[in-house]
Amino acid sequence: MQTIDVRGLSCPQPVFLVLEAIKAGKDSTLEVRVDNIAAVENITRAAASSGWSVSAAESGEETFLTLAKQ
Amino acid sequence: MLSKNNPFATGIGVVCVGFAVGILASVLQKLGNPPNMGICVACFERDIAGALGLHQAAIVRYLRPEIIGLCLGAFLAALLFKEFRPRGGSSPTLRFILGVIGMTGALVFLGCPWRALFRLGGGDLNALTGLAGFAAGIGMATFFFKTGFSLESGKSQPSPAGYVLPLIMVVLLGLRLLYPQVDGAEKSGVLFYSLKGPGASHAPLLASLGIALAIGFLAQRSRFCSMGAFRDFFLFRQTHLLWGVLALLAGVFCANLAFGQFHPGFAGQPVAHDNHLWNFLGMTMSGLAFALAGGCPGRQLFMSGEGDTDAGIFVLGMIVGAALSHNLGLASSGAGPGPNGPVAVAVGMVVLLSIGFFCRRKS
Repeated sequence: MQTIDVRGLSCPQPVFLVLEAIKAGKDSTLEVRVDNIAAVENITRAAASSGWSVSAAESGEETFLTLAKQ
Repeated sequence: MLSKNNPFATGIGVVCVGFAVGILASVLQKLGNPPNMGICVACFERDIAGALGLHQAAIVRYLRPEIIGLCLGAFLAALLFKEFRPRGGSSPTLRFILGVIGMTGALVFLGCPWRALFRLGGGDLNALTGLAGFAAGIGMATFFFKTGFSLESGKSQPSPAGYVLPLIMVVLLGLRLLYPQVDGAEKSGVLFYSLKGPGASHAPLLASLGIALAIGFLAQRSRFCSMGAFRDFFLFRQTHLLWGVLALLAGVFCANLAFGQFHPGFAGQPVAHDNHLWNFLGMTMSGLAFALAGGCPGRQLFMSGEGDTDAGIFVLGMIVGAALSHNLGLASSGAGPGPNGPVAVAVGMVVLLSIGFFCRRKS
């Protein structure tokens, strides 16, 4: 499973990096490390519109998103 | 998941927020703000620069409570929903320059992207070329994003850092309360005031502050961003924010119709010029600057209220940019571009394209 670290990055890089990984099609599951709630929302929306499911787990200031191909 | 946690960030939520911002902007005009200016972030930061004596353009000096309210409304929302997080360190000097250049472009056009929509919703058709330029600038930025542009990661900052811009806003509010306008006087205490022109037109303090606080609160929750609307459509074909922007336009249009503030045409529009070339190019420069910085002027204020010190630096850059624009003859007037406006756009575009080109990650 590929891990994408988008902590500290400005828009639109978090969504861009995640969608690039989805398009690359190498993994059917992605883990994304996010530290910004707006990025969490944007990634969730973008992944869902690409047909991927999203689950979130929070740890301190960080959110771990697990994206799975449907 | 999103709708449970934050209804304002849903599609319907951002449309409602956009519509509300449009209506409230028109209401502020009805209450005394300059026509088609509503709650223009660039214009009002420029007016604050004038109120503090950073420039000497006598017709645009007023310590606008709206800017204070937008930042503090977002600050309160971020605190309330536990989203206040001091962060920064992502190329702050470049972000300052992006703020300066973004403001310069906005003052060549005469308005931020929000005002382009307010102008269009008030019937000022010159805004069409401005919006086309804005979209073109963001389109140029998408090339850089696709080829690895990044201002690199920010990091958590010491807690006091995140409070700096909200505290500056509190201090500004204190100055506004301490030194209210005196009839017929250009100065009250340390603050400058306009006796005529756009700076002399303003809604009552409490209305300006209250409405801006509400907009700041709603916009922080919805992540409303006029630049992001175009960028996300160009990059990802996502229309989430774009619907919010269209709702803003619909809101200001409907309210202007209701208040008798809709006057369609190109010529003689308030605080605007009809030089299409420089309307287009000014906003091209702004669009590119705002896109590289990751947010429109309003969004930068909201993020600074969330503790984002990089956004705070951008806001300070915009205020300095406004002062420079008026001191150096870069800003336009109703008659057309300022004497040095075209040169500023040429230089600014070279700087922006250089930033875009040289800040790409090698991988």
